[in-house]
Amino acid sequence: MAAISREEVANLARLARIEMTDVELDHLATEMDVILGAVARVQEVAGAEVPPTSHPLPLTNVFRADVVTPSLTPEEALSGAPAKADQRFKVPQILGDAE
Amino acid sequence: MALNFDQALEKYEPTLGLEVHVELNTHSKMFCGCATEFGAEPNTQTCPVCLGLPGALPAVNGKAIESTILIGLALNCSIAPYSRFARKNYFYPDMPKNFQTSQYDEPICINGYLDVEIDTEEGKKTFRVEIERVHMEEDTGKSLHVGGSTGRIHGAEYSLLDYNRAGIPLVEIVTKMIPGTDKYAPQVARAYVTELRDILRSLGVSDVKMEQGSLRCDANVSLSPRGSGILGTRSETKNVNSLRSVERAIFGEIERQATRLESGERIIQETRHFLEESGLTRAGRSKEQAEDYRYFPEPDLVPVTPSAEWVEELRATLPEKPSTRRKRLQEAWAVPDKEMTSLINAELLDVVEETVNLGADPSKARSWWLGEISRLANEKDVSATSLVTASQVAEIIALISSGELTDKLARQVVEGVVNGEGTPREVIDARGLKVVSDDSALMAAIESAIAAQPDTAERVRGGNIPAAGALIGAVMKATGGQADAAKVRELLLKHLGQA
Ligand SMILES: [Zn+2]
Repeated sequence: MAAISREEVANLARLARIEMTDVELDHLATEMDVILGAVARVQEVAGAEVPPTSHPLPLTNVFRADVVTPSLTPEEALSGAPAKADQRFKVPQILGDAE
Repeated sequence: MALNFDQALEKYEPTLGLEVHVELNTHSKMFCGCATEFGAEPNTQTCPVCLGLPGALPAVNGKAIESTILIGLALNCSIAPYSRFARKNYFYPDMPKNFQTSQYDEPICINGYLDVEIDTEEGKKTFRVEIERVHMEEDTGKSLHVGGSTGRIHGAEYSLLDYNRAGIPLVEIVTKMIPGTDKYAPQVARAYVTELRDILRSLGVSDVKMEQGSLRCDANVSLSPRGSGILGTRSETKNVNSLRSVERAIFGEIERQATRLESGERIIQETRHFLEESGLTRAGRSKEQAEDYRYFPEPDLVPVTPSAEWVEELRATLPEKPSTRRKRLQEAWAVPDKEMTSLINAELLDVVEETVNLGADPSKARSWWLGEISRLANEKDVSATSLVTASQVAEIIALISSGELTDKLARQVVEGVVNGEGTPREVIDARGLKVVSDDSALMAAIESAIAAQPDTAERVRGGNIPAAGALIGAVMKATGGQADAAKVRELLLKHLGQA
């Protein structure tokens, strides 16, 4: 059984607002299935007694003091933005009219 | 056919769910040291961490964790001994990281409750609102939608983003479903948000300013046909930014859903937006399903494991509950229920308490704040506490008690203070507001009043005491209201052989 279906890939593309052709979907679904299959083999190694690892270091409660540090200037903050206006990041239309 | 609220309630039972987001008042953001000032120039409070630039690493603000635990404890929650952050992934430009750092299945506080009291036809009634979870997350940036006709996201040509708010610590407080509120659903919701706001304020963890968005409420409503036991589909109304709006939004949503159901239409699970002007809601974007957010544990932040000792230390610092405090003050001041409600609704409880603590008589303090000062505040459309301070009011009340001012003069002093003429003492001196207490000056005024109205004086001499009113009035007028009326009456009656 495939690790990821073509429908799931299509749904991911929709959530990411990436338009994909049928050819691209076929191609990507196959490719991602191979990747996921490889990753799935790692899961077989750990038995039920091994909890999923989200953090490799046995650390907890690492806190920062509530102290203000200098921010970037707006010019610096916006320097990597593809588009800007009125000292703000400018992004294309977020939702279509119909959605 | 459109059903009104009463008709809706005859056929359907509402179930509520409330999600409150509160911005903490920490100096710095949740995961970086950027400032959290409200109203700063756009994009002046950002850094590589809150902009999600490559390689930037977040670090948790310890004060935010402490505040969240305090909130959980004040809401009778259990504090989880182990809790993690999670990434909530979505593609929407209000977060530059393409995810919001939040908590998913391991919130820091769970299973609490908050009792709220409302006025019903059968008197005061307490509803217990159960709390499902209190979790930590970060606020999003602010979008400005440009183009299109309405400033709405739909039809906008492009959007402009200010990320100053992105990353400000946000705590989400989620109730369990609240059944059984029936026709009181709107009031219960309002009372819950009010009580919650008062608790958050007493904890000092947030500015709780709904009008600035530091406290925001999402209201879920579903209807089930009366007696059916079947829970209906719920809608979620966002953008509810005042206490009154919470009440109105639920009222309106119950009418809307009942009307739809009555005409055989389905309720769609969706996000709706509250419209302040009309009290109605309109449909927003259809909600992405939870699994679409592809939550996973945040690898860059280590788990939070509050020790029992720390939790108990924090518990020991919890302030008196606002509801307990209200009961205590009401008893101590012997305030009738109705007046207490007025004080609370006018948000004058704190300042009245402060005035009383400065030595003022509780009933005098209440009547000055609720009366003359509130009247002036209404006239100017500002808050009463912005006009005068508790210590000024306490001083004026003390001057009345000592006989230095009459009520009438005191009103002029308040007016002077409000107009920026200085302290009460300065206003008294500048305007020459002194009670005429010099007996000889008063006697002179009394004698000329008698001379002007000899017939009236004769009637008083003959035992017609009420007739003295006209003479007292004349004396008060002659002294420009600066005499103590009781004193004038005493001297006058004595002079006319009636005392
Ligand atoms: Zn930052």
